[in-house]
Amino acid sequence: MSTAPHIATEAPEFPKEHYLNASKGFKSWALTVDHKRIGLMYLVSALTFFLVGGLFALLVRLELFLPGGQFFDQKTYNQLFTLHGVVMVFLFIIPAIPAALGNFFLPLQLGAKDVAFPKLNLMSFYIYAIGAIIAIAAMVVGAVDTGWTFYTPYSLTTNTAVVGTVFAAFVLGFSSILTGVNFIVTIHKLRPPGMTWFRMPLFLWALYSTSVIQLLSTPVLAITLLLLIAERLLGVGVFDPALGGDPVLFQHFFWFYSHPAVYIMIVPAFGVISEIIATFSRREVFGYKFVALSSVAIAVIGFFVWGHHMFVSGQSEFAGMVFSFLTFFVAIPTAVKIFNWTATLYKGDIQLRTPMVYALIFLVQFTIGGLTGLPLGALGTNVALHDTYYVVAHFHYVMMGGVVFAFVGGLHYWWPKITGRMYNEKIGTFAALTLFLGFNITFFTQFLLGFKGMPRRYYDFDQNFAGLHGFSSVGSWILGIGFLIALYCFIQSLRNGPIASKNPWGGTTLEWTTQSPPIAHNFVDTPTVTTDPYDHENSPALTGRVA
Amino acid sequence: MNDFLYPPRASTYAGDVDALMNFINYLSIFFWVLITGAILYFTWKYSREKHKAPAPHNTALEVTWTVIPTILVVAIFAWGFKSFMTLSRAPRDAMEIHVTGQKWSWAFEYPDYGIQTAQNLTVPVNRPVKLIMSSTDVIHSFWVPAFRNKMDVLPGRTTTLWFEATEPGDYRIYCAEYCGDSHWNMTGWVKVVSQEEFDAWVEENTKEDTTTPLAELGEQLFTQRVCHTCHSTDGSDKIGPTLKGIFGHEVELADGRKVIVDEDYLRESILEPGAKVVKGFQPVMPSYKGQLKDRQVNALIEYIKTLK
Repeated sequence: MSTAPHIATEAPEFPKEHYLNASKGFKSWALTVDHKRIGLMYLVSALTFFLVGGLFALLVRLELFLPGGQFFDQKTYNQLFTLHGVVMVFLFIIPAIPAALGNFFLPLQLGAKDVAFPKLNLMSFYIYAIGAIIAIAAMVVGAVDTGWTFYTPYSLTTNTAVVGTVFAAFVLGFSSILTGVNFIVTIHKLRPPGMTWFRMPLFLWALYSTSVIQLLSTPVLAITLLLLIAERLLGVGVFDPALGGDPVLFQHFFWFYSHPAVYIMIVPAFGVISEIIATFSRREVFGYKFVALSSVAIAVIGFFVWGHHMFVSGQSEFAGMVFSFLTFFVAIPTAVKIFNWTATLYKGDIQLRTPMVYALIFLVQFTIGGLTGLPLGALGTNVALHDTYYVVAHFHYVMMGGVVFAFVGGLHYWWPKITGRMYNEKIGTFAALTLFLGFNITFFTQFLLGFKGMPRRYYDFDQNFAGLHGFSSVGSWILGIGFLIALYCFIQSLRNGPIASKNPWGGTTLEWTTQSPPIAHNFVDTPTVTTDPYDHENSPALTGRVA
Repeated sequence: MNDFLYPPRASTYAGDVDALMNFINYLSIFFWVLITGAILYFTWKYSREKHKAPAPHNTALEVTWTVIPTILVVAIFAWGFKSFMTLSRAPRDAMEIHVTGQKWSWAFEYPDYGIQTAQNLTVPVNRPVKLIMSSTDVIHSFWVPAFRNKMDVLPGRTTTLWFEATEPGDYRIYCAEYCGDSHWNMTGWVKVVSQEEFDAWVEENTKEDTTTPLAELGEQLFTQRVCHTCHSTDGSDKIGPTLKGIFGHEVELADGRKVIVDEDYLRESILEPGAKVVKGFQPVMPSYKGQLKDRQVNALIEYIKTLK
């Protein structure tokens, strides 16, 4: 929209009172019920675990740089790839966008002063912290070498800290469940006057859908992990055939959660991308209703496809057929989002700032991730590709090329609101481009490895795979450097960044009507909503008129 | 795309699997280029122009780009399902071979001929073969990339995998389900040979070897049965203790007892490996009871005695 009013990016001075200085001291953080402080604590934790998980990844790729064993023995290698997965899935990616960015911005975007249950919110954080401590203890005591999927019977007999690690995941699950409950109730009950469902920003539709998945799927994982512990400690025969159990049953239970879990990871990321593209195209997201409802569709259909992880597990061909068929249907609402976002760029007023760079890279990379899901969903081709590097590449394209890039982009987008400071655009964009280079070198190569017949979770490989493995490892170093540059960008902003205005980007959603950083109660008065979320002419965030 | 990217095609259905793969790949490249092109073009064009407000949605367009992908994915599903049924249903006259997966090697038994081998699976070309598979411990997965077929191998259950090889040659077998320490090394070869060569191989393997000197036979078996995966002969410890110089010496067991490594100890350790585990090693050696004839066990013992 070329008629948007000019918005100041910077402010002359830092607000005197805001949520960061509203109260002081350790207890004011340890016992806070402010969703923004809780979100910030999740953010710092998630980023820390991202670095830990990333370090494990670098060590894995270091060992795979050359054929033969150079740095680690086979058992240590197996523990490294397992811990990479465990840390990244349970300690970083599941909480990251919902618990960090979601906690911070759900009430702000909704127009509420906090979530429905602030104390439950704090408790969710402590459950996360306790789960994290148990996980770290297990890592230190004996680590685990089962793969993050803990398949039986191997996980029942291996001499590593399976019980501790699995118990940590069990505890962490409750943080996820309770956050889901909180968000659902908040969206139902705390909408201000005028905020109808179809006036909610798309990020909130995404968080709502994600919360439903969290609530319904996580308990299944919890019970499954408890059964695993009971079998290991008490010899209760559930999964071990030696005790009369069925190892494939574990896979069904595990994937019943873990497939919807990947939608817990990506759907909030979709929400972030909608926000960024709308703001930096200065127009509404094309086909808002389709995009909003596609999040709900993905959440629902996503519950019925778990067997596509098990086509060669010994499950029946009939089950394979049903799961394959349904898997293609979850792809359709996802594809629609990509088309709608691309169409949003059409006749927009594109501002190529760092968050937008991340969002556009997301579109390109996530499309690859999604398209490479097609041969995995199709039965005939899945048989050839299952348990190869093709799968590893596919899920890294959606989880890292998708979720992580959306997360970092979202962090740049909302950074001025969270901290009250701007970051340096040049450094931010340079980091994004470095990450783009490093990511594709690392992971596109792995599609080729998979096509050629390289199995996954292999400590060493035949000589004919050496070139591709070496190239992929070099990519991982570029990725590492990219993340360090991004980290530097944020640290430099905290120390020296220009003071941000209320609405440096010209956004239209309610968080941009508040000061940067917001006051503890978010809004001075409860907003009354009279405009669509992406109305670049009449939004109070642009006109300054608070209704 | 094929020769560069994919493993060689050596089974009757490999071509069909690859054809579907190529269809999906070309379709994906087409759509990715279209979408990326649109993104780049719109970003470039609309960051410099001023223009009128665009339409917020367009139902006809949105329905179109929902319906067309749906038709395409249903087609991909149908083709994939059809391929899968071919990969799953063995012909009635297939030659059956039993496969045992165990940490960390493959063992094969030919019930029609009474032959047992390990690591390498010799089969005749142009004949359907059906593998009947089971594991003695954890989940493994039998995968031959050149054939394009794969199936998990489970404890307490039987799964099957069939193929008809179309080209003589050696084709890699990989374990494709993580199974612990040496998962990466649980490999082998499918040796596809002509019918005449196969018949000769059967004949050679069914007669019991009564003439090769014991130690020499033992050395052959040591490699054939992949004992070297876990036991070195050069003094270095692997998953199992080295066998160099072990005969005649005393070893300490996990429970503190000390025993001399004599013929009896070696026989017991091959047939009942869990009975006297050397201290410092895990009790993971599989038993060879029923898999080795007496003369073969004696041969291995004689071979180990030569490792000074």
